[in-house]
Amino acid sequence: MDAIILQTLNGLDKGSAYALIALGLTLIFGTLGVVNFAHGALFMIGSFCAVTLSRILSYSYEIVDDTRTDFLGNPMKVDIPYVHSWFGESAGQTIIDWSVPLAILFAIPIMLFVGYVMERGLIKHFYKRPHADQILVTFGLAIVLQEVVKQIYGANPIPTPAPPAFTGSLDFGVWLGFDPNTIIYPYWRLVYFFFSAIVIAAVFAFLQFTTFGMVVRAGMADRETVGLLGIDIDKRFTMMFGIAAAVAGLAGVMYTPINSPNYHMGMDFLVLSFVVVVVGGMGSLPGAVLAGFLLGILQSFASMNWIKDILPGIDQIIIYLVAIAILLTRPRGLMGRKGVMED
Amino acid sequence: MLGLNRKDTTLLIAVAILTMFAPIILNPFPVDSAMAQFNAGYPDLMQRFVIFGIFAIGFNILFGLTGYLSFGHAAFLGVGSYSAVWMFKLLSMNVLPAILLAVLISGVFALVIGYVSLRRSGIYFSILTLAFAQMSFNLAYSVLTPITNGETGLQLSLDDPRILDGAGSAGSLPVTNLFGLEMRATETVNLGPWSWDFSAGYYVCALIMLAAFYLSVRIFRSPFGLMLRAVKSNQQRLNYTGLNSRPYTLAAFVISGMYAGLAGGLLASMDPLAGAERMQWTASGEVVLMTILGGAGTLIGPVLGAGFIKYFENIFSKINDNVLHTWFAVLPDGIEDFLVTIVHPFVGKGWHLTLGLMFMLVVIFLPGGLVEGGQRIGRLFRRRKGKQTDAEADASKTPAE
Repeated sequence: MDAIILQTLNGLDKGSAYALIALGLTLIFGTLGVVNFAHGALFMIGSFCAVTLSRILSYSYEIVDDTRTDFLGNPMKVDIPYVHSWFGESAGQTIIDWSVPLAILFAIPIMLFVGYVMERGLIKHFYKRPHADQILVTFGLAIVLQEVVKQIYGANPIPTPAPPAFTGSLDFGVWLGFDPNTIIYPYWRLVYFFFSAIVIAAVFAFLQFTTFGMVVRAGMADRETVGLLGIDIDKRFTMMFGIAAAVAGLAGVMYTPINSPNYHMGMDFLVLSFVVVVVGGMGSLPGAVLAGFLLGILQSFASMNWIKDILPGIDQIIIYLVAIAILLTRPRGLMGRKGVMED
Repeated sequence: MLGLNRKDTTLLIAVAILTMFAPIILNPFPVDSAMAQFNAGYPDLMQRFVIFGIFAIGFNILFGLTGYLSFGHAAFLGVGSYSAVWMFKLLSMNVLPAILLAVLISGVFALVIGYVSLRRSGIYFSILTLAFAQMSFNLAYSVLTPITNGETGLQLSLDDPRILDGAGSAGSLPVTNLFGLEMRATETVNLGPWSWDFSAGYYVCALIMLAAFYLSVRIFRSPFGLMLRAVKSNQQRLNYTGLNSRPYTLAAFVISGMYAGLAGGLLASMDPLAGAERMQWTASGEVVLMTILGGAGTLIGPVLGAGFIKYFENIFSKINDNVLHTWFAVLPDGIEDFLVTIVHPFVGKGWHLTLGLMFMLVVIFLPGGLVEGGQRIGRLFRRRKGKQTDAEADASKTPAE
């Protein structure tokens, strides 16, 4: 029993990331009808927003500390971050430690802007072209973004720690009456799960309860009629692209403490997220979220030792196997609607 | 000739001449000159030109004709490489059985994967093939280590059985050969300041590529090829006429998988090792790039694209800051440094950035690839001669609806 709970929890954080990326992909696909292969790159850019902010915050100047000497006997040079001198040492250090959560505020405008530029500058010209062309041009864009990030930040992963308040682990089992140390779960992963739940809820609430969201939903159902009613649907859809980019970016920002950002992390997630979208059903937002969590949990169950003993390697391929099975038996995916990309 | 019309025969002969004289054509600069780094006439690179040419030709039979975009074709290349290396380990160092087995095994793989994937079309097909390829990649890395040797990659070793010619190789690793002709045997001809390498391995690959190219021309011009084009232009209409298109698409998928296996087998024949990274989906993306860049659906496009990408991959990644400084040395210092800083991100290790940009530009502005670019330039020249003939030619091209 405790093993089951543990694996479910372990699956949640990966599942959250899948769900967030798949949600963004589905938003773009559902509104604009574009298959965006550069979505993984947006996730990666989000991660590097966090890296950038933590670098900006710890930007420092050098002073000579006369009270201490280095091993040669010279006065020691000490790097003092600017935030320390502005906000005082302890407050400054707190700000630096909390750079990852702070990066959420930093990343939202950046990601909205990136998404806006991408849609207006490139994707816009591809609505009337075949899906294959859309896949190809966004694939090219993904390569370009990835290489640009590699030029700036180098090829090595950049560790970006979580705030010290969240570094430990939670002994979750004790709460449920199990022995201590049976179910341990890092705090940050818990934070990540709740964070993604909030983002998902916010996106759904935005679509469900605002006028803007209502127009967008109407546009998803029948774009032409909405246009005929005198609403500039293109402008709304561009903003939805920006929002989808921001969702992917936020997923990336908060994922940095779990997995040190490197330039190809987007590609790694992209393939799986596409599988998630297909399993959930093309164009279905709840389907994307559901499939994201389901596949994340499934993957973590498949990596349990006794399952691996029976079926070696199953943890590596379980997601793809499920995707193949679903596509062949239920082509619309778990929650796909009729008439969306059925070809 | 050979059952081709005059235009295709000319094309085939042109390709044949180009490949046969490639060692000379690709080495236009004398060895000692400053331009020598742009020479591409060394065996290793030329082999890759033709091998990836085969890969792209095969991919084009599927994507160019039927429009099914497979994102998992590298899996077949990897399978081909693994089976070829196993043949070298178990049977003999002759490349012929290795290549045959590579083609056969990848054909079987393609049959299985194609049978499942082709039940869906469009984006779903792309994702299914992608899923299969990633599955094979992951399995090759983890569970199948006894067969694939995991991360290290499959290599020859001294204690391999090699039933047919195991005894002859004592002390050193044997080399691949074709009935005694060693693949790495190279004849270097020096003529004045020029130097040309004629490698046995290259000519074996080139002959196989010519055969593969000829076969693809025949497929393009056959009723079967016509049927595949019909699938691309309107599958629904085809179904309504009472035709089941799946056997045709499956045949195209298997053929293109076998081409990929052939390319994989040849890669292993030239350099007998096989690694899982050949199956990764970025490798599948690369062959898509080659085909699109050259021109999908055209005969010569994929070969051009493969050559283009492999050439620039090799040349661009060799250019470093020192080379750039010597290029711009004539300019004043400030401008020189400025230009070097600008160009720096695009060359050397940043070559993928150039590739990505080039690819985007091609997809945006030139969906027909390099071939369409060539045609456009050709039309520009012809238009000066007389607009009349051009308009007639266009009218005859428009298909009847």
